[in-house]
Amino acid sequence: MATYTPTMILAILPEILLLALGILILILEPFWKEEKRRNLGWLTAGGLLASIFISIFIGRPGDPQMVFGGMLRYDWLGFFFKMLFMFGAAATALFLMDMERVGRRGEVYLLLIAATLGMNLMASAADLIMLYLAIETTSIPLYVLAGFMLTDDRSTEAGFKYLLFGAMTSAVMLYGFSLLYGFTGTTSIYDLAAMFAAGQHSMILAIGTIMLILVGLGFKVSLVPFHFWAPDVYEGAPTPVAGFLSTASKAAGFAVLMRLFVVAFPEFYISWASILAVLAVITMTVGNLLALTQKNIKRMLAYSSIAHAGYAMIGVVAVSKLGVTSVVFYLLAYILTNLAAFGIVMAFGRVAGSDEISAYAGLSRRAPGLALAMLVAFLSLAGMPPFGGFVAKVFVFAAAVQSQMVWLAVVGILNSIIGLYYYLTVLKVVYLYRSEDEDKPVPITRPYGIALVILSVGILLVGTLFAPWFSLSGAAALNLF
Amino acid sequence: MVFPILSVIVFTPLVASVLILLMPAERKTEVRMLALAAAIFALLLSIWVYFNYDQAAAGYQFVEKYQWLPVLGISLHLGVDGLTAPLVLLTGVVMVTGVMISWNLDDRPREFFAFLFILASGVFGVFVSLDLFMLFFFYEIAVFPMYLLISIWGWVKTREYAAMKLTLYLFIGSVVALVGALAMYFASGLQTFDMLALQNANFPPQFQHLWFPFVFLGFAVLGGIFPFHNWSPDGHVAAPTAVSMFHAGVLMKLGAFAALRVGIMLLPEGAKYWAGWIMGLALVNVVYGAFIAMVQTDFKYVIGFSSVSHMGLVMLGFSTLTKEGLTGAGVQMFSHGIMTALFFAVVGMVYDRAHTREIPKLGGMSKYLTWPTIGFIIGGLVSMGMPGFSGFVAEFPIFMGIWQVRPWVAILAAISIVITASYIMLVIRRVFFGQVPEEFEGHIGPINALDKVAIGFLSVLMIGLGMFPALMVPMVQTGVENVLRLLGGA
Repeated sequence: MATYTPTMILAILPEILLLALGILILILEPFWKEEKRRNLGWLTAGGLLASIFISIFIGRPGDPQMVFGGMLRYDWLGFFFKMLFMFGAAATALFLMDMERVGRRGEVYLLLIAATLGMNLMASAADLIMLYLAIETTSIPLYVLAGFMLTDDRSTEAGFKYLLFGAMTSAVMLYGFSLLYGFTGTTSIYDLAAMFAAGQHSMILAIGTIMLILVGLGFKVSLVPFHFWAPDVYEGAPTPVAGFLSTASKAAGFAVLMRLFVVAFPEFYISWASILAVLAVITMTVGNLLALTQKNIKRMLAYSSIAHAGYAMIGVVAVSKLGVTSVVFYLLAYILTNLAAFGIVMAFGRVAGSDEISAYAGLSRRAPGLALAMLVAFLSLAGMPPFGGFVAKVFVFAAAVQSQMVWLAVVGILNSIIGLYYYLTVLKVVYLYRSEDEDKPVPITRPYGIALVILSVGILLVGTLFAPWFSLSGAAALNLF
Repeated sequence: MVFPILSVIVFTPLVASVLILLMPAERKTEVRMLALAAAIFALLLSIWVYFNYDQAAAGYQFVEKYQWLPVLGISLHLGVDGLTAPLVLLTGVVMVTGVMISWNLDDRPREFFAFLFILASGVFGVFVSLDLFMLFFFYEIAVFPMYLLISIWGWVKTREYAAMKLTLYLFIGSVVALVGALAMYFASGLQTFDMLALQNANFPPQFQHLWFPFVFLGFAVLGGIFPFHNWSPDGHVAAPTAVSMFHAGVLMKLGAFAALRVGIMLLPEGAKYWAGWIMGLALVNVVYGAFIAMVQTDFKYVIGFSSVSHMGLVMLGFSTLTKEGLTGAGVQMFSHGIMTALFFAVVGMVYDRAHTREIPKLGGMSKYLTWPTIGFIIGGLVSMGMPGFSGFVAEFPIFMGIWQVRPWVAILAAISIVITASYIMLVIRRVFFGQVPEEFEGHIGPINALDKVAIGFLSVLMIGLGMFPALMVPMVQTGVENVLRLLGGA
C-alpha cells in the first residue's frame, strides 16, 4: 500500500464532500417536520454546488497521478466528469423538491447523493475491481430511485425492470472483467494494454471479452440493442429521476467506456471501433425512428436520448484526441439540455397531470416562459444554433470527418434530420395548437424557475462562448492519449 | 479601436429580440415600437456601411476579427466587400419594411418580432462572416425561426405542411454543405475556418470536383435551385406577409450568396468543372419557373414561382463565371430582393382585405388600393426587366455574360422574359383592374400610413437603382473582381 500523501485526499475531495453531505441529510431528516423536509432539496442542491466550487477551488488535478494503490486515477478526465455529475445531481434535487410523494422524503436526496458518489468513482476508477464497485454503487441507489413511488404501479415496474436488466448486464460485464484478469493477470486498466501487447492472445477471445464488457456499458449508455429498458423506465420512474438517468448516468457510462477502451484495448482498436461504429449507426437510427411515433413525451425523450448516445458514440469511434474532446463536449451540452427538457416535463406534468404530447397544446399561451425554455431545450436537442447542441454535433461530425469516416458523419446528419422533425412536432404543439385549458396558468415554483433559468442560460453559453468549454474538454481528453 | 459596426449590425436584432421577449406580452404597441426602432437602427447602420465602403480600395472592409476557438481556428471574422454591402443594405430595408407591414399583427406580436429578429440576425451574420464555421452558425440561426414563424402565423390551410417541408429541405441542404466544409477544413491542413485563408488553400482538383456539388447544391437549396426548389413556393405562400418578404427577399439570397462564397470562391476548380451543369439547372429554373407561374390561379403562388424563376437568373449569372454574369447576379440579388418584398407586401395587403387570393375572384382593386396598385406595377416592370428599373440593370449584364459562354442558353433564357411579362400583365389586369366583384363592394378598407411608407420606400429604391446604376454596379464589380481573381488564379 502506498504511503499517505495529501494528493490522495484531494483526489477524492468531491467524494468526501458528497459523503459529508449525505450524512448531514441523514442526521437532519428525522428532526425536520414533514412540511419542512422539502427544504432538504435546497440543502442538497446548495451542498452539491458548494462541493463543486470547493473542489474546483482546491481540488483541481495537476499531472495525472495514480492514487490509492492504483485504484483511482487523479486526472482531468475524471475531474471534469465529476463536476458534471454533481451539477446534474444538483439540478435533479431541485426538480425533485416539488414532486408529490417524493420531494418530502429525505431518502430520495440521500439516494441521489449516493448514486452521484458512485458515478464520481466510475469516472476516475483505474482498476477493474474499483470500477465494478463504483458501477454497483451507482446502480443500486438508481434502482431504488426508479421504483421510488411504491404506490404507483408503473414506477414499481420501472424499478424492477431497471434492476433486472441492470443486474443481468452487470453480471455479464463482471464475467468479462474476470476473463480479462485471466488473460493478463492484472486488474489495473493502465497495465492491461502493456500485458496485451506483450503476451500472445487469441484475437477472437479478446474481442469476445470486449463484447461482454460492452454489454454492461452499453446498458448504461443505452446503446441499441441494450436499450429496451430505457423507454419503460423513463416513463415509469419519477420524472426528475428519469432525467438523471438519461444524463449523468449515461455520461458516467461514456466516461468509463472511453477510459477503458482507449487506454486498455489500443491493440484491438480497429475491431472495437468498427463494432462501436455499427452500434452507433443502429443506435441513432433506431432511437430516432422509434421516437417519431411516440405520443408520450417521456417515452419520446427516452428514444431521443438513445439516439443521442449514438451521436456521442461517433466521437468515441473516431478514436482521436478531437474525437474524445468532442464526446466530452457533447455530453456537457447534452446533460444541460436533457436536464432542462426533463425539468420542463416535470414542471408541466405536475400541473397538467399528463405527460402526453397532446397535453402541451396551447402551452405558449398558458406559460410563455416555460414554452420558451422548451424551445431552447428542444432546439438544442435538435442541434440548432445558438444552442449547445449545434456546436456539440458539429464537433462530433468533425471528429468523424477527420478520422476519414465521412460516411459516419453522413449517417449522423441524416439522423439529425429525423430528429429535427420530431422535436419540431412537439414545438408545433406547444406554439401552434389551441387547447381548452389555455387560460389556466401553469404556476412554476421557485426551484423549477431557478433550475430552468440556469440550465437555459447554460445551454446558450455552451452554444455561443464555446471556447472555454472546449478547452476544458480538450484537457480531459488529453489524459487518454 | 474603431467602432465595430458590423458586429453591432449583426447583434442589434438579436439584442432587440431578447429585449422584446423580456417585455410583458400585453404591451403590444410598445413591442412594435421597439421592433421598429431596432430595425431602423440596423437599417441606418447598413446604409452607413454601404455609403462608406471605399470602392477604390475594394477588398474586405470594416473588418473585425475576434478569436473564438483558437484551437480549431474558429474566429468571429467579419467584413463586407462589394458583393455583400448591397446585401446587408437589402436586409436592413426588408427588416424595416417587414416590421411596418406587420404592424397590425395581433396574435402574440412579442414572439413574432422576437423570432423574426433572430432570423434577421442570422441573415446579417451570414452576409458579413468571413469564417466558415461562423457562416454555418448564422446560417442555421437564419433557418430555424422560419419554422415557427410560418407554422404559427402562417396561412392556416398549408402552414404546418409547408413549414415542415421548408425546414427539412433547408436543414438537409445545410448539413450536406457542412460535411463539405468539414472536409475542406481537414483537407487544407491549415487548421483554420477562416475563408480568407481557405481560399488560398489550393485544394487538389479531384477534391474540388468531388466536393463542389455537395457544397454548392447544399446551399443552393435555399437559393431555390431546380430540382430542390419545391419547398419555396409552398413556403412563400404559407408564410405571413412579413415572413414571405424576408423569405423571398433575403433568405433566398442567403442561399445563393453562400453557394457563391463557399462553393465557387473556395472551390474554384470545382466551379469550372461543374459550371455547365449548374447552368443547365439554372436554365430550367428560369424557364420552368416562369411557365409554372403563368398557370397559377393563386396570386401568391404566382409570385412564389416568379421568385424561383428570378433566382434562376442569379444562378445563371454565377454559372457563367464571367465578370458580366457575376455582376448582374450580384445586382439581381438586390433588385429581386426589393422587388419580391414589395410583391409580397402587396399580396398581403390584398389578401388581408379580400380574404382570397384566387385571381379569378379578384378584380378592380386599384379602385380602393391605389398605393399597392402603383407599387405592384412598378414591381412588375422591374420583374420584366424594363429599362429605367433595377431589373434591367441586373438582367442585362447576366444575359451578356451568358451570351459569351453559351449563346443558345441566353436565347432560351430570354423566353422567360416574355413569359414573365405576360403573367405579370395578366395579374395586374385581373387583380387590380376590371370589374370589382360584388362581394367586395365597400368591404375593402384603406391601408395605413406605414404600409404606404413601406411601398413608397421599396418603389423608390427600385426606380433609383434603375435610373442611377452607378450607385451599385461599380461596387458590385469590385466584389466580382475578387471572385474572378480566385477563379483565374487557381
